[in-house]
Amino acid sequence: MAMSRDDIFEQVKDVLVDALGLDDDDVTEDATLMGDLGAESIDFLDIVFRLEKAFNIKVPREELFPAEAVMNNPEFVSGGKVTPKGLAELRSRMPHTNLSTFEKDPDVNKIADLFTVSAVVNFVENKVNG
Amino acid sequence: MRWIWIDKFLEFKSGQYAVALKNVTLAEEHLHDHFPGFPVMPECLMIEAMAQTGGILVGEARNFTEKVILAKIKKAVFYHYVCPGDTITLHARIESIAPEAASIDGEIMRGPDRIAHISLMFSHIDKNLAGKQFPEENFVFTDMFNSLLTGFVERPVPAEPAP
Repeated sequence: MAMSRDDIFEQVKDVLVDALGLDDDDVTEDATLMGDLGAESIDFLDIVFRLEKAFNIKVPREELFPAEAVMNNPEFVSGGKVTPKGLAELRSRMPHTNLSTFEKDPDVNKIADLFTVSAVVNFVENKVNG
Repeated sequence: MRWIWIDKFLEFKSGQYAVALKNVTLAEEHLHDHFPGFPVMPECLMIEAMAQTGGILVGEARNFTEKVILAKIKKAVFYHYVCPGDTITLHARIESIAPEAASIDGEIMRGPDRIAHISLMFSHIDKNLAGKQFPEENFVFTDMFNSLLTGFVERPVPAEPAP
């Protein structure tokens, strides 16, 4: 049976509260994992492991958080900005993420802001409900 | 691993779980200061003992090819003091393992009493921290702890390369 987006959000929230030591109220759809919720690199792996367990799904880390692979490719980043080719790559690899704001100013330093709670919920929704 | 904080393994199931044992003795000098007249095992050293039990379990699961380091204490809850003369057992079970990292869930017991619940994450550091270079040799797993696994694991631990 398909899970509702609200149910998925609630479970994702539980995962993030446990993994990052947060209060329930901290976790909103718009919150960024790194900026707002204080996630560090190892936390991303912790979150991936917990999502796999909570939803009984397989989550390749580069699928949920593919930006690292893009940032390390000189074709995709130039002068501190993500190139049009890089943006296209991000779009294809991160269909669960809203890139519209980032595309206006594709500063590499802002790439962390793409990892929002709603992006995680979208990703899980696609995995769980196909 | 530079120092050993567990005495031996009681059980070792590759890639799944391990049970290690540690005897606590007043010969451990830190107990004289922690605390004077009231020696109890510091909780941080209980975490270290679990990190060694779980770290070896995780390292062995990849045949000691990865440099496994403690990356995150997910949970550490302590229910009782541990005193000189106590024997504690450390029960670690692999929850998840991936190319970059692993997580374990563990309990420390003293006989039937649960002393602590500790969950840890380990990083395979060569697969993380992109751009940083680490020595070729596996400085985490030296042959110091080889004897711990004698009888449990058939494959040999890689020897340290000649300097």
